[in-house]
Amino acid sequence: MASSSIPAGGHGDPTRRDFLMVATGAMGAVGAIAVAWPFINNLNPAADTLALSTVEVNVKAIAVGQAITVKWRGKPVFIRHRTEKEIKEAEAVPLADLPDPETDDARVTDTAKKVRREWLIVVGICTHLGCVPLGTKPGDPRGEYDGWFCPCHGSQYDTSGRIRKGPAPKNLLVPSYLFSSDTLVRIG
Amino acid sequence: MASSHGAPPVFNNKLIAWIDHRLPIFSYIEKEYHTFPTPRNFNYFWNFGAIATVMLLLMIVTGIVLAMNYQPNADLAFDSVERIMRDVPSGWLLRYMHMTGASFFFAAVYVHIFRGLYYGSYKAPRELLWMLGVVILLLMMATAFMGYVLPWGQMSFWGATVITNLFSAIPVVGDSIVTWLWGGFSVGNPTLNRFFALHYLLPFIIVAVVALHVVALHVHGSNNPLGIDPKGPQDTVPFHPYYTMKDGFGLMVFLIVYAAFVFFAPNSLGEPVNYVQANPLVTPNEIVPEWYLLPFYAILRAIPDKLGGVICMFGSIALLFVLPWLDTSRVRSCTFRPIYKWFVFLLVFDLLVLGVCGAHPPEGWYVPVARLATAYYFFHFLILLPVLGKIERPLPLPSSIADAVLKKKAV
Amino acid sequence: MSKPTPTKLSLTKLVLAGAAALAVFAAGTLATAAEDMPPLPKHEWGFKGPFGTYDRAAAQRGFQVYKEVCSACHSLNLLYYRNLQELGLTENQVKGIAAEVQVSDLSDDGSVIDRPARPSDPFKKPFPNELAAAAANGGKAPPDLSVIVKAREGGADYIYGILTGYVPFEKLTPQQIKEFSVTKDDHFNLHFPGHRIAMPPPLEDGKVNYIDGTKNTLQQEASDVVEFLAWASEPHLEDRNRTGVRVILFLLVMAGLMYGVKRAVWADKH
Repeated sequence: MASSSIPAGGHGDPTRRDFLMVATGAMGAVGAIAVAWPFINNLNPAADTLALSTVEVNVKAIAVGQAITVKWRGKPVFIRHRTEKEIKEAEAVPLADLPDPETDDARVTDTAKKVRREWLIVVGICTHLGCVPLGTKPGDPRGEYDGWFCPCHGSQYDTSGRIRKGPAPKNLLVPSYLFSSDTLVRIG
Repeated sequence: MASSHGAPPVFNNKLIAWIDHRLPIFSYIEKEYHTFPTPRNFNYFWNFGAIATVMLLLMIVTGIVLAMNYQPNADLAFDSVERIMRDVPSGWLLRYMHMTGASFFFAAVYVHIFRGLYYGSYKAPRELLWMLGVVILLLMMATAFMGYVLPWGQMSFWGATVITNLFSAIPVVGDSIVTWLWGGFSVGNPTLNRFFALHYLLPFIIVAVVALHVVALHVHGSNNPLGIDPKGPQDTVPFHPYYTMKDGFGLMVFLIVYAAFVFFAPNSLGEPVNYVQANPLVTPNEIVPEWYLLPFYAILRAIPDKLGGVICMFGSIALLFVLPWLDTSRVRSCTFRPIYKWFVFLLVFDLLVLGVCGAHPPEGWYVPVARLATAYYFFHFLILLPVLGKIERPLPLPSSIADAVLKKKAV
Repeated sequence: MSKPTPTKLSLTKLVLAGAAALAVFAAGTLATAAEDMPPLPKHEWGFKGPFGTYDRAAAQRGFQVYKEVCSACHSLNLLYYRNLQELGLTENQVKGIAAEVQVSDLSDDGSVIDRPARPSDPFKKPFPNELAAAAANGGKAPPDLSVIVKAREGGADYIYGILTGYVPFEKLTPQQIKEFSVTKDDHFNLHFPGHRIAMPPPLEDGKVNYIDGTKNTLQQEASDVVEFLAWASEPHLEDRNRTGVRVILFLLVMAGLMYGVKRAVWADKH
């Protein structure tokens, strides 16, 4: 900006002067970016928000075959106490049949690498456009695969929360969680 | 690149030419900020208009992001400001920039006003330009006052109480007006809510008045240290790059001082007691406004009568509106006014004295000094200025700006 | 650049005079604030100045002093247990400290229960509310300490002065007793405005047994707790100083470059 507008015919060595202009312009650009940073950074989650990013749930009261919804980071998380039948169904599916191939075991492992097949914990947000799928409450439609059914555009998930049919591209997200005892799980 | 003054700009870029043909924003920028003929003899005092503009924008931008985390509720306000300082990413930086920025915005504007006073920039044909400037000053004061209330500390609360109570001096309707201002029977949550709303609104009105201020400035162009009008191209330079680069340098120097305060002494310009949450049952030992309002606060307290004090305080600023007609001198710049020049310096000293008096409780020798200084303030504008203009003999003016510049070089 | 002219000189003088007047004004303000009061004790704080940092070990000891002594009456409302990690404690240490405290919460069925605090919980208040605090302390609630170092004229030096400034009744001069109407039940403090302070002397030699074995003199305890409170008041100070040094250096270079550009641009006009 500055360099093009310097009137010709000034004193001083033109090369040195051009260098000065370029250096100043470059410094100014760096400065402008540096000033913008705190304003952009300001919109990130604050420390108190981050501190609340885990939630502890007691799963003792969830009977086999039931599921509950808990709020985690402002989003619903489904915790399902799976029946033997549901576990078998989930394990029996060949990976080749899955749009987003993932084994059932990989989806029921906590951060301590312990596999708990009876507990399925997924973020209850359809990977298509963010609706909350049905299937957690008793009496909800659970789709053709006994998992969840998204009423918005008809995505269907199986008993492992994996996408089987419909427009959603990915399986329901499994948050990181850790069972500190058989009945106490920390999500996040 | 357009090099000569006033030549219609030609845009090589087709898109720019297309837009400009329909909405001449590029022509406008070219004319007003590039080729605009500007006196070639500005000194560094002429940087402060640009500096004040930058500070205004900085205040608006930091203010908008602070508002995203601030809670205008009497129960939450204090803690929400501290949450910004502690938990919100970069919050401490933005808050200190905003808080210190208010002081530096005023500092820049005060230098800008002094410049106008010393070089007679308020005189014909720039009276409206000057009056718009006084409007900006008043709006700034209102905005700063309401902004100071928002952290809801002790000084916020008691400052708001004292200043709003000024209106109770109005005969008959005073008390009703104060209740109306508060939205209650004391400064409280409704007051905080409305102050926040207005504190967010007024800066944009300031921007609008600044735009008028610039439009008025560009009708007759800038005054200059000699106070004589440019007589031709030899007296002027294009605004860009001559003054854009000079303003840029001045701005950097100003920002160094500003940054030193933001990063190393952010609380030195404020009162410690404002870090104590507002308590309507306990008044702090001493209620003082921020430094930039101290002279006016001193005038308020110097008058032993409540209504009289309020009238004098508002009058001291209202006076500036009629300043162009109080000055009877033929010449603008104090450079050629051998007597009045010293009285301008005396006025600055007088304001500093008033500032010191405003910072201290009105007791002991502060009382007579504040009264004397108040008396001089009004004497200066109401008597000295009209009379001196008639009897003072100005020094001979140079024939032209270029002439003076060349002579100076020869010395 | 043009040579200085008479006009410019007088303006320079004016600016200098203005700066001098402001300095006198600032000094005057300080002088009156200190009227009738003994000077605050001199203490070297590592967090003063543009390169200041907090002494983590001292602040951790200070937290121990706060926890064992001050927290009986003074809240620290703006602090969370998680903040202690910034003092150099590990995540597990912070969890342990929090878990020692019981805070009330709602159980899943909506009943009020006590549970161990978590790092995301705020420091527990000694009193449920300000009225209770006032009632338990002779009518005046002990102030919250979250920003106390910023909220008092004199800052860290003042808090240190208060903590070390108690004079026992027997050691007061008859003149002091008379002038400030001190009785045997009053607490006399050299640095408190009016000298009679509601708070009994909180610290003394041997009051706190430091985990790290530091000698527990009154001065050591006071200095440590002030270091902790200074951090509590301004937790981002170190970040601020670091950023500030960089910003100023950048602006100095930028100002130098802008000056060069300005000179180059004006070269044909001078």
